[in-house]
Formats: sequence, structure tokens, C-alpha cells
Amino acid sequence: MGLDIRTPIGLMFAIVGALLTVASFFLNGEIYHRSLGINVNFWWGIVMLVFGLTMFFFGKRDGSTVKPTAESLEGLKIEAEEHRTGAEVNTKNENE
Amino acid sequence: MNLTILDWVIMLIYFVFVLGIGFALKRYMKTSTDFFLSGRSIPAWITGLAFISANLGAQEVIGMGASGAKYGIATSHFYWIGAIPAMVFVGIFMMPFYYGSKARSVPEYLKLRFDEKTRGFNAISFAAMTVFSSGVSLYAVGLLLGSLLGWDFNFSILVAAVIVLVYVFLGGLTSAIYNEVLQFFLIVFGFLPLVFLGLRDAGGWSGLQTRLATVATSNGFAPGAWSESWRFMGDPSSNPMGVEWFGLAMGLGFVLSFGYWCTDFLVVQRAMAADSMSAARRTPLIAAIPKMFFPFLVILPGMIAIALTHQVGQSGFALPAKPDGSLNYDMAIPLMLGHYFPTGMLGVGLTALIASFMSGMAGNVTAFNTVWTYDIYQSYIKRGASDQHYLWMGRMATVFGILASVAAAYVATRFNNIMDMLQLVFAFVNAPLFATFLLGMFWKRSTGHGAFLGLLSGTFAAAVHHGLTLPKGAVVGIKGGWFGHLHTYPSEMAQNFWTAIFAWTTCFVVTIVISLLTKPREQEELRGLVYSLTEKPSEEHLAWYKRPVTLAAVVLFLTLLLNIIFW
Repeated sequence: MGLDIRTPIGLMFAIVGALLTVASFFLNGEIYHRSLGINVNFWWGIVMLVFGLTMFFFGKRDGSTVKPTAESLEGLKIEAEEHRTGAEVNTKNENE
Repeated sequence: MNLTILDWVIMLIYFVFVLGIGFALKRYMKTSTDFFLSGRSIPAWITGLAFISANLGAQEVIGMGASGAKYGIATSHFYWIGAIPAMVFVGIFMMPFYYGSKARSVPEYLKLRFDEKTRGFNAISFAAMTVFSSGVSLYAVGLLLGSLLGWDFNFSILVAAVIVLVYVFLGGLTSAIYNEVLQFFLIVFGFLPLVFLGLRDAGGWSGLQTRLATVATSNGFAPGAWSESWRFMGDPSSNPMGVEWFGLAMGLGFVLSFGYWCTDFLVVQRAMAADSMSAARRTPLIAAIPKMFFPFLVILPGMIAIALTHQVGQSGFALPAKPDGSLNYDMAIPLMLGHYFPTGMLGVGLTALIASFMSGMAGNVTAFNTVWTYDIYQSYIKRGASDQHYLWMGRMATVFGILASVAAAYVATRFNNIMDMLQLVFAFVNAPLFATFLLGMFWKRSTGHGAFLGLLSGTFAAAVHHGLTLPKGAVVGIKGGWFGHLHTYPSEMAQNFWTAIFAWTTCFVVTIVISLLTKPREQEELRGLVYSLTEKPSEEHLAWYKRPVTLAAVVLFLTLLLNIIFW
């Protein structure tokens, strides 16, 4: 349950990296005049692709990096404190 | 700047992911604790990256690049004597009270430790400040997109504001933190090639030093003034910042940086979302490791820009002049992106820039909606309502905060260096605050009346000091001198540092004096809130690399090393 931040980050970097790498084969080599003759799209595209895939792999493997309050020890302590001090009324969450 | 369809697609992919994260998190936002505190369930490495990213808004990227060009490597003092020691301090010494007291915000800690009025004062001034900062971020987006892409100022502001609104509204703090982590990596990946190419163009580090020597001498300084950070700090007239080591170490290093990193809820909120006490303490320490290398990412490009402007490299990059003849420092980084990056990479670089503005803004918005809901609404307007009601209020506060930021963006158009403007605001509000926290956490005798009057007089002292002094060459008005003109500082930065020093000292002294004259609280009530009455968090069960103290030692050692290398 939940969303591991590495999954969307990995996916995004993989997509953008792949896009740059592929595009570098179709773009006119003239444009690399500005980047001092270096094909930055190709090389950095590869780097971003590898980084993206790595993040995506770990994101999928580990699962989640956030929990709902109901499953978080520290989160429940906060809610208990809110009820104890009367900041919030103690009603059962209507979503449950 | 010529963008092709490729660049637009990359930007679009980013927007899709940003909004996608918001939508994906929407169903997890069931209680107000989810929305404002991420259910206190986030691992330390994520809160750590969010901790620096939240601060990585317009001020950092554009302002640090501009300052790098204007003042050279001395700008890295904002990191190596400023941010890092403060981050270590907040992690090791202050986090046990923030996290352990179960306060949900920084103002709420003040309420627990002192009293209601101290919290109220802090909550209201902080809420105003976050709206202002978020407005500055928006304003920067508008200017930037206008000058780079030819977008209309109003349209740019609208797009940025709506995107931030949507993802914070849907996913609350978790959404903001996730996007901050995404943005952290985008900045690193977007700017690293820029630094590489710029440095190559300038002939490597030694070539850059040679060029910066001509920058320094043509401005009337010794050759190393732009490339050596400490050597010329003996006297304000020998360095371009116009500050001397004492004002720098006390004003920036001690008062302003500790005031910001240790008490500003914008960053502390990230640590409070961590999943355990040790994760909360590690948050700023983990953040400090990339943070200490950020000068190479955001300041170095500015230094390269000014070096190449004075002595052109093979690619012919130079900073443009403004209509009044001075160089346009604020455009250093954006223009370098346009100069060195071909289409494709340019899309990545611009996206990184836009991302930094948006997440800088989102950071302020999440801090604002929390302080508003917990510290103002729940405390003074409606107490004891249902959890769902406060969740709803948090979403409404998000909408209101964004609307107010848009208004602030239209106001924030008077200073030529965004950094100086923010420093001024921080000096007024944050500088005295650190004295309050220091006494509150480490001196059990300090009282609520003392804290409140100390804060009040500290802020007042900041205003008076600013009103009586002027930076060299400035006219009376928003730059100071509106009470009269007693003293002239060599630079605006020096004036800001000293404003902070006066504010802090006043608050410190007044708090002590009033505390001694008023009745202290029962020791029993202060358990968990004051150092001498709180059990030290145990670290025995943690692996050595997860122990905050070990991490802190590593961080401080590396920072010392950087200071020495670039002395």
C-alpha cells in the first residue's frame, strides 16, 4: 500500500533519458556546437536512463515510502495527543 | 532562447509526473495528520532531500548564481559557515524537542514551552513571511519565463500557481515532499552538465581562477578576491561582499543561518514528518551532505559567467548589461542554460529551473497551511472540531495561501537582488527567534513573558537598526535610513548581517532580564521541552552510520575540509 517516491522518479528519468538518447540520433550534429562539440543529449541521456531504471527497480522492490497515519506509530501518537488536549474531538474516522 | 518540440515534451512530462504524484497520493489523505504531517511515516533519506529542496527555490538558484557572479566564491559562506553548522545543530540538539514534544509545528512548540502569546506572535509573523517568500518564488517564475520564453508575466504566474495548488491540495505535505525529492534530482541532473561545460569553457578550475583574477583586479580588489573565500575577510573594503569576518561569522554564520535552519517551520516541517525520532534527527544531517556540495552546482555557474564576461572563452558567453549599464547578475544561470545546452538538454535544464521555483513555493504553501490550521484556526477560531473539518480547512488554507502568494508576487518587484530582500525579512523575523529557542531549549528558567517581550523587542530592534543605517550609495527608503542616518555600511549584506546581530542580542538580553523578573514554570511541566529536563534519545540500538552523532562528525569534518581547500 502506498506510493514509493522512487517509482515515479525512476520512471520519469528513464523516460526523459531514453527520449534524449533516441533524439540524439535524429538531431543535426550542428547543435552540439554550443555544448563545445560534446553530444550532451546522448551521454547525459544514457546517464539519466540508467539512474531512472535503478531508482525504478528499488522503488518496485521496496514498496512504499509513506504510510497512512493509522499504520504509523508516530502518527497515531500525534492523533492521541490531539484527542487528549481537546484540539480535536475523538470521532471514529468516517472513512473507516 | 529557441525551444523545439523536444524541450516542450520534456517539460510536459515533468508536469504530468508532478500532477500525477498529487493524484496518486489523494486517496491516502484521510486525516489531517496525513495532510499536514504525512502521518509521520517518511524515511529519513526522503525527508532529508526534501529538507534542502524546500529551501531550493528562487532565492537559492537564481540568487546564489547572481551572488556567485557578484561576490565570487565568498558566497559559499552561506553554506560552509552558514547552513551546514546550523543543520548539524538542529539535528543533534533541537530535534529531540521538536519531534519528542509531539508539537505539530514550530509555533506549537513555543506554545508548549512558553505560552499562547509567544505562539501567536510567531504563527502570525511566520504565516505572513511564508506567503511573502512564496510570492517571491512566483515573481521569479514570471520574470524568468518572460525573459527566456517570452511568456506573459501573468500567464506564467497563473500556470505555476495552479500546478502547485493542485498537487498540494490533493496530496498535502506528502505530495510536496515527494515533488521536492523529484526536484532535487532534476536540479542535480539539469545543472551538472552546465557546470561541466562552463568550467571546460573557462579552461578548468585553474583557467577560471586566472579569469576571476582579472575580474577582481578590474573591480579594484586583490586578484584572489573572487576565488578565495576567507583570505580577504579581514577587512570589509578588501572583499566584494563588503563584510568582515566578525560580521560574517556572527551575522550570517550564527544568527541568520541558525535562525533560518533551526527555527523556520518550512524546513523543520520536513523533519517532523519523519517516521521516528532518530529519522527526524538524521533529516538535517543527511540534507547537509549534498548541501555542502551545492555551491558547485549553483554558485560556480555564476562565477563562471562573470569570468567569461570579463575574458571571453571559446564559446563567446558573456552576461548582458541592464539598461543602466550594470551587469544582469540574476540572469547568470538561466542564460548559461540557453547558451550551452542544445535542444533536449535545454528542456531538462529549464525544467529543473521551473521545478525549483515550484517546489520552493510549495514548501512555503505547506508550511503556511499547517501553521494557519493548527496554530491560528484551531487555536483561536475553532477548537475541538472533527479531524475531517481540519483536513478541509487545510485544503482551504492551501487555496488562500496561493491566492495571497499571487498578490505578493505583484508586490515583490523593488529589489535588484532577490537574496538581499529575503535576508532582510529573515533578519527582522527570524534573527531574534533563534535567541528565543536557544533560551527556551537550554535554559529552564526562561519564561513566557520573557520570550514574548524578547521577541517583540528583537524584531523592534531590527527595524530600528535598519531604520538608522544605510548601505553605501543607497538612498533613504526601503534600503533603510528612514528613522535618520547614523551609520553607513559598506554593503547591503553587511547591513543585513548587523541588523540580525542587533536583533538577536536584544532578544537574548531582554528575554533573560524579563525571565529573571517573572515567575518560572514548574519543572514538571517542562519535561521533554528543555535540555536539562529531558532524557537523551538513545542511539545504542542503531547501526553506527545511522547514529546522528556519527553523521554530524562526518558532516562537520567535510565542511571544515571544504573551508580549508577554498580558503
